[in-house]
Amino acid sequence: MSVKLASRQVGDVTVIDAAGRITLGEGASAFRDAIRDLATKGSKKVLLNLGEVSYIDSSGIGEMVSGFTTITNNGGQLKLEGLSKRVKDLLQITKLYTVFEVYDDEADAIRSFS
Amino acid sequence: MQFRCRSYITGEAYLKNMASRQTDKMEKTQKLLDSDLQSVDRAEEFVLAAARKLGFDEDEAGQIGMAVRECTVNAVVHGNRYNKNKKVHLDIETSDTDLTVVIGDEGAGFDLNSIPDPLAPENLLNQSGRGLMIVQAFMDDFDLHPRPGGGAEVRLVKHRPQS
Repeated sequence: MSVKLASRQVGDVTVIDAAGRITLGEGASAFRDAIRDLATKGSKKVLLNLGEVSYIDSSGIGEMVSGFTTITNNGGQLKLEGLSKRVKDLLQITKLYTVFEVYDDEADAIRSFS
Repeated sequence: MQFRCRSYITGEAYLKNMASRQTDKMEKTQKLLDSDLQSVDRAEEFVLAAARKLGFDEDEAGQIGMAVRECTVNAVVHGNRYNKNKKVHLDIETSDTDLTVVIGDEGAGFDLNSIPDPLAPENLLNQSGRGLMIVQAFMDDFDLHPRPGGGAEVRLVKHRPQS
């Protein structure tokens, strides 16, 4: 299964619920398009919920970083929640834990934007 | 440079290593794959199946699978550049002690030093360049060398779990 993406609004925070695989090809492209779409719409507070993401490769990580840069350059914030052990390991290995704000609990993540 | 080639062995150590390998019961499977993204999935599936059969747990098998995925992507995208006339060479070798995967392409070759250090502060937000670092983190041995006949070849080794 490739990635499935859905967005919802919690107050002024846009939450993207991602599920499936974010890998080079269709998955990473869909992910990139979703974040670019939010940036175009001017979303400033974006929370990526990766709780149902079963797999992410270096291309998917690259798209996450690219999305972070795009949203940040627009004056916004992009944060992460619900990371699996594998994704946490990847962020540790790549030192991206020092870049992303990561939350286990969605309520905490939402509160952090205010 | 951040990339390490940990499996280059020379001299006495090499001979000792080869001698011990000859006493191992070895099995080798070879696959020739097209230069497309479906081959990336296939390579990962082949190696995942081998890893599970050898007794690696799901966490380790997943790491091995991801390492193979990253290297096969490199072979398809950067080595063969999706050229339909070029193949990706996948060898899966199992011994009493190791799972070894060799992935080769028919491209122009590859220099590890050409990749900027993905952990350097100025590169942390680069979109690409992390694949081989992840591979090295997940595998016990890694080396990259020219492939006989042209192209690049990576050799990945994971030591088998001891029961």
